[in-house]
Amino acid sequence: MQPFPFSAIVGQDEMKQAMILTAIDASIGGVLVFGDRGTGKSTAVRALAALLPPINAIKGCPINAATAKDVPDWAGLKTKRAHEMPTPVVDLPLGATEDRVTGALDIEKALTKGEKAFQPGLLARANRGYLYIDEVNLLEDHIVDLLLDVAQSGENVVEREGLSIRHPARFVLVGSGNPEEGELRPQLLDRFGLSVEVASPKDVATRVDVIKRRDAFENDNAAFMLRWQAEDAAIRERILTARKALAKLKTPEKTLVDVAELCLALGSDGLRGELTLLKAARAYAAWRDDTALTRAHVKAVAPMALRHRLRRDPLDEAGSGTRVARTVEEVLG
Amino acid sequence: MARESWHHATRALQLLALDPGLGGICIRARSGPVRARLMEMISPDARRLHPAISDEALFGGLDLSATLASGRMIREKGLLETPCTLVLTMAERATTGLAARLAVALDRSTNHNLIALDEGAEPDECLNPKLAERLAFHVDLSECALQDIIPTTPTAPIALRDVRMPTDLLEQVTRIACDLGIDSMRAPLFALRATRANAALMGRTQITSEDVEIACALTLAHRATRVPEPESQDEEPPAPPPDQNNENQGPEDSLDLPDELLLEAVRAMLPDNLLEQLAAQKARAGRGNGTGAARKGNRRGRPLPSRAGHISDGARIDIIGTLRAAAPWQTIRRNATGRDGLHIRPADIRIKRFEEKSDRLLIFTVDASGSSALTRLAEAKGAVELLLAAAYARRDHVALVAFRGTEAELLLPPTRSLVQTKRRLAALPGGGGTPLAAGMVTAFEQAVQATRRGMTPTIAILTDGRANIALDGRADRKQAATDAQQIARVLRANGVDAIVIDTGNRPEPALRNLAQTLDAAYLPLPRADAQRLSKSVATALGD
Repeated sequence: MQPFPFSAIVGQDEMKQAMILTAIDASIGGVLVFGDRGTGKSTAVRALAALLPPINAIKGCPINAATAKDVPDWAGLKTKRAHEMPTPVVDLPLGATEDRVTGALDIEKALTKGEKAFQPGLLARANRGYLYIDEVNLLEDHIVDLLLDVAQSGENVVEREGLSIRHPARFVLVGSGNPEEGELRPQLLDRFGLSVEVASPKDVATRVDVIKRRDAFENDNAAFMLRWQAEDAAIRERILTARKALAKLKTPEKTLVDVAELCLALGSDGLRGELTLLKAARAYAAWRDDTALTRAHVKAVAPMALRHRLRRDPLDEAGSGTRVARTVEEVLG
Repeated sequence: MARESWHHATRALQLLALDPGLGGICIRARSGPVRARLMEMISPDARRLHPAISDEALFGGLDLSATLASGRMIREKGLLETPCTLVLTMAERATTGLAARLAVALDRSTNHNLIALDEGAEPDECLNPKLAERLAFHVDLSECALQDIIPTTPTAPIALRDVRMPTDLLEQVTRIACDLGIDSMRAPLFALRATRANAALMGRTQITSEDVEIACALTLAHRATRVPEPESQDEEPPAPPPDQNNENQGPEDSLDLPDELLLEAVRAMLPDNLLEQLAAQKARAGRGNGTGAARKGNRRGRPLPSRAGHISDGARIDIIGTLRAAAPWQTIRRNATGRDGLHIRPADIRIKRFEEKSDRLLIFTVDASGSSALTRLAEAKGAVELLLAAAYARRDHVALVAFRGTEAELLLPPTRSLVQTKRRLAALPGGGGTPLAAGMVTAFEQAVQATRRGMTPTIAILTDGRANIALDGRADRKQAATDAQQIARVLRANGVDAIVIDTGNRPEPALRNLAQTLDAAYLPLPRADAQRLSKSVATALGD
């Protein structure tokens, strides 16, 4: 069954916006969705795939290489022809073993032909695409360590069982989870560009809408998909337009100062916060079809770009999102 | 009631068989004849799984022996690969990790079904909420006896798609779920599905009020977080909004069922002690943060009996156990294969397991203010010293926080050094205001750091309770009390265990409240000597 269409998700505007922004500029670095049970986290992430424009890659290449010279030797490809393929969205299940994530010795070949070959893992498949981890806060520690390293360097190094292989693994991390069930290590938090918190809608009318659409999706699938796939296609077009506009977008000095001041006032660690905020604001401006970056764009994306980068204040019951919003008001007015 | 719950359980199973999209059912009952009778209704091809099931069994993996024997790679099929009914026994023991894996499987495919057998005895011992959320039904058979069992009458079900759903039902069910304080959007969807399935089960193409009532009772009651007052459901008519001229909306399609009636049906299912149960669940939610007191691993710690298992990452083979398991078969295997030597099959492999107890950290948070100093500081010091001795014997870590004047001070970071602690404690001066909140904040910071290092912190607060300095250092009795309460809530939300020792001459009601907010033991110790204090604390800490 096809996933629930992205555009049919009722409300949850911040989450949808964050996903669109990473689709416009992959270098923002992914989205983390945190929220209660039954708020549509997983639905939204699974729907993301339909929004992503296709990429050009060499046919049959295990790492989705863009050009023939990037295809690794161990892939053993004879013909290297490019074709258009959907952006890979790879699911990293909780039970995945280290072998499956990084790749390992190809046991089949080892047994039948007695040759030492490399079988690529999930990280290879996710190259140039998205890596999605549901329940990211429950991931085993050793897998997290592995991901941290690869997400940082953009390269997967496999040194085991007499194999020595390295291949590019540049992917956008998308994660979802329920914070009640466990915290995320700050190091991994930092690897996500944007983070959003979702909650169930509180008013009955919106809730009825949600249920209606879900009901239609389940019981009248064909008509429902037909209607919303058109809307998804419209969003995809707009993402492509925004990608082109991004290159021409002007970034005035004034806005850079705004960004730096905001991050200073919030005391976010490192410079990653500034960079992500700037990239997200630019993507947002491009999405809005504006020609220059302004303070309004920065204000709009500041909560999602910065909320997970603050030092956690255990006494702040309102959550860091409110803290960012307050500081944004104070600094940028 | 008992007969009703049996009826509900059987009906839920029938509905589940008809529409697997309902996800599953959680049956709370101890193992016994009643549950056995219910299990007879479950299809015999259901696969059983247990809470300690390995990832390989769930997702499949390499079949080592078959692969080696045949020379080609042979994969074992995992339980989750083929859609089927899964029966999870001892569901209350399922870890968050297993719950998450099963939850993903249920999300992916509508043909997976989970029947969770919850044998929990205590109210806070129940199926993981992540999993419970994805199961439409929950029935409690603990009150049910054999005499309550009534045979189910077979029905002639019709196809689900033949049932016509009234258009306003969707809104009504959503509204009711909202009134019951159910946040999740899955609940109303399950209620709708169950309504349809019930009508189909009864062979009706039209929904009747009975379908809606039983569906709401089965799917909504156990999720309710508040009991709606009958009065608060004011006389406002349900007011179906002027609907779009939908072609399938005939006059016979709308169902005239007042909200009150439905709520009544749900309310009849609500347990009498709903609020207590909710409190128990909250307390549990605060505790379950992954760094428990004892962790099972296969690397280090106290050895546990080894167990059959696969050789996987990080597992260590228990050679003696493996040989012992293989020994009885040697003759048979030798005769069967005609080969000499030791025959070890994958099923013989035993894996070592260890249990690692995380160290406990006692954070003494001692009130050294003027009011305490006058009366009880010396006694409190004596008690802490005795506790220290006990802690030393158990190799617990100890930290010491004192609060007086306008702020709190960490006198001693977590340590095992008894001598140092005693010296710092003896040198502790008294006098000044009572900044209780500040003391708790400092203790909390220590607790959080300790948890990160894998310790299990417990905060012991010794005070006479008259907090009079607010967090910002102002002398404001009212603000000070509010601050203390707020931090107590944070402590509880973070699952930090605490104990409050009232060292005042008379028990202080404010402290009792504080202990309640903390979900902590409260020990009023008027005129107690150090020996008794130490004894009570040791009891409260569960030694």
